[in-house]
This record gives sequence, structure tokens and C-alpha cells, in this order.
Amino acid sequence: MADRPPVRDWATDFDHTDPTWVADPYPIWDELRQACPVAHSDRYGGAWLPTRHADVAAIAYDTDDFTSRSVVVTEYRPPNLAPRGIAPPITSDPPFHQGARRMLLPLMSPQVIAKWEPSTREYCQSLVHELAGREVVDAATEYAQHIPVRVIARMLGFPEDDADRFRGFVHHVLEDVTLPLELRLPGMQELFEYLRDQVKDHIDNPRDDLTTALLNADMGGEVADLSHVGGTIALLLLAGIDTTWSAIGASIWHLASHPEDRDRLVKEPDLLPTAVEEFLRAYAPVTMARLVKHDMDWHGCPMKEDDWILLSFPAANRDPEFFVDPDEVIIDRTDNRHAAFGLGIHRCAGSHLARMELRVALEVFLDAFPVFHLDDPAAVKWSAGQVRGPRTLPVHIG
Amino acid sequence: MVKIAIDSERCEGHGRCYSLAPKLVEPDDLGNGRVIGDGTVPADQEDNARQAEGNCPERAVLLEET
Repeated sequence: MADRPPVRDWATDFDHTDPTWVADPYPIWDELRQACPVAHSDRYGGAWLPTRHADVAAIAYDTDDFTSRSVVVTEYRPPNLAPRGIAPPITSDPPFHQGARRMLLPLMSPQVIAKWEPSTREYCQSLVHELAGREVVDAATEYAQHIPVRVIARMLGFPEDDADRFRGFVHHVLEDVTLPLELRLPGMQELFEYLRDQVKDHIDNPRDDLTTALLNADMGGEVADLSHVGGTIALLLLAGIDTTWSAIGASIWHLASHPEDRDRLVKEPDLLPTAVEEFLRAYAPVTMARLVKHDMDWHGCPMKEDDWILLSFPAANRDPEFFVDPDEVIIDRTDNRHAAFGLGIHRCAGSHLARMELRVALEVFLDAFPVFHLDDPAAVKWSAGQVRGPRTLPVHIG
Repeated sequence: MVKIAIDSERCEGHGRCYSLAPKLVEPDDLGNGRVIGDGTVPADQEDNARQAEGNCPERAVLLEET
């Protein structure tokens, strides 16, 4: 990552890649929520940061004034590939968005995802089996990281041995965001060449998997063109990996540092689905982005066309106006309208898959290691960018 | 008596309702919530109905008390 000046003032100069934010963003959001509550920055060519749930929701629901053309804040503005965007439907706006989403959702429905649960559990069990007997393991790189990569590779019908390449693509697209365009292009090119080869192989050899299903899926009465299908596959490959890895890692981090919650889940495994929702609320990994469509005054903010909006669902999930005791992790919280998977028409299409993976990953880990704790809290490292989760997580399991 | 309904304009398929009240709501092929039957909530399902309402991020689960 390029060297960047430290943030002077969070209300007027915020930067979500600043080391202070990366280490602990929650106090920053709390301060902004009380004082600002929509921060601005000249960085990234102009960006805004709403911190209240009401403002995050209003922008998520407003597809007239904000476009999803690009959902990752970078130093440059992406080419305008409207109406589709580079990875439909996440980068699509209405009305095109609806057809692109309808094409994908039946393939990611809870009924479809349920069929992947037994093989996901088996895979998680094989991972803990490898770790058993060790004293300290890295729960981020030796456990959480592998699960979503393996599951999506199997679903798409891609070679499972390519897992390291997938993680390289993800790191490049989602974490190397401060690099200029010319340094980002070669990695993008490699990703698209890889996907082109996989799609071609599926056209030549159709099989019972998600890639073939997408190639044949109904997009407004016909099949979608190849660049549309390729963009959707890129989305499935990239969007589910860092995010789910982060959610699993953050949950293990919480349990490793809160033995009372860990013990309770070991004793009351039926509570796990409720606890999973609370982990998703408190440690929501994903921040999205929008671009402002046209100059306007938005609730007193002088927004300019092509300004970024850093749409922080994690900040919305910590808003005390919306949640009781938002900074407390309450694993049996009953009312939990959290926005970890977004709000409105862009609700995460992979949310049913992510929930299944997170629940199964925690269930298997707790079953194998009912007692574990952080080996060295200071050694835990969190990712920078719009996906937040532990990237180094040494846990004492022995 | 309590009746449950889904506002299909608001529902975005988060799936909290059919996870928390599977006897009252089921997923359609897109993963959106669909009420089973006429939406009448049996007494032993009222807690589930309230949880479904209280966990919908879009406020798309509607409970009507009569």
C-alpha cells in the first residue's frame, strides 16, 4: 500500500485505510455520529461518510441520487459501464438491476444453499482435524480463510487447487485500493483472463454447477451475454471470500476474548443462530460505496457529482439511536434489525450462503475446541479497506 | 388474535422471517418471504411472529393484532 499522510481530522479528512481506523474504527464513528454526523474527505477525489443508521439507510434506498456503478472506493473513478456495471447486479442500477438480480437469486436461495451444508461441515471438520493437537493456530489463515474459498470454488465448478489464486484476486480488488489505476489494471486483467478460460471450459463442457446455471439463466426472456455472466461470476468469486472469511474470523476473535460467551455457546448450541446475527451486527465486515449522481444539497451536505459515499453498514449497526447498547455484544439479543448484508435492492445476494458458512464454521470450531483464547491480543491484525476482519489471529487451542 | 403479513414492496429477501418463524413464513424461489396460509398466527407461534417482525432489516414483516 502506498504511503499516505495520517488523518488530521476525522470529520473533514477521513480515510478508511488509515492505521487508526484499521485498528479500531468504532470510536471514530461514535465521535462522528455525535458531532457531524456525515463526514467529508478530499481524499479519493472527494468522499462522504454517513455514520447514522437513518442516513445509511436513506442513501441505500435512494437509487435516484446515488449510483452503484462502483462499490469500491479508489483513487480514480471507474469507467461508466451503465446500466450493467462491471459485476452485475451489485454494480447495476435500476431498471437493469432487477433482471440481473432475478437471474441470480434463485441460484443463491436458502433452499439451494441448504444442499451445500453437509459438504461445508465436512470440509470444516477436515480443517479442525488438521489443527487438533497443536498449541497455537492462526484461526484466520489456517481456518476461516479456507472455508468460503473452497465452498464457492465447488459451487462454481472451478478447480479447488486454484484457491490461492482466488485469494490473490480478492486481495488485489478489495485491499490494494490506494494504488493508482495503472498498478491495478494488470491484476484485473489476470482475473478476467482466468474467468474467461473457466467460462469457455463450461461452454464447451456444461455441467451441474453454478457457472453452467448462470450461462443458461433467464435474463428477461433470454440468456445474458457472456460479459454479463463473466461479471456476475467475478462478483460471486470475489464478494464471498474476504467477507465471509472476515465474519468467521471476527466471531472467533470475539469468542477467544469472551470466555463467558464461548462457554455459553458450548453449553447452548441452539443459541448459535442468534449469536451469529449478533456477531454480524457488531462486527459487520462489509462497507459498500456509492457515487453521487449529480450535484445536490443532501441534508446540508454539498455533494458533487462523482463524489464517493462510503456506505458504512458497520457504522449503522453501532448507532445507539437504532440499537440498544450497540457496543455491547449480546449473543441472545432478541430484536436485531442489523444491516450487515445491506439494505434495499442490493441486499447481499450471497447472504444465505454466508450465514450458513458462518454458522457451520463456528459450530465445528466450538465442537472441536470448546476452550480457546487469544494467544497474544496485540498480535491480531485487521484488514484495511472496505472489508474488515482479522488477517492474523493466533488462538491458543491446546 | 395476531395475523402476520409480508410487505412485498419492502421485502428484499434477508430471510430472517422464515428462519425465525418457519411455521408461518416460507421462502419463495428468490428467497423472499411468503406467508403460509392466511397468516393467522396460532397462540404457540406468537413469539416466533414477534421475533420475525423484530429482526426484519427492512421492516417488511407486519403484525396485525385483532
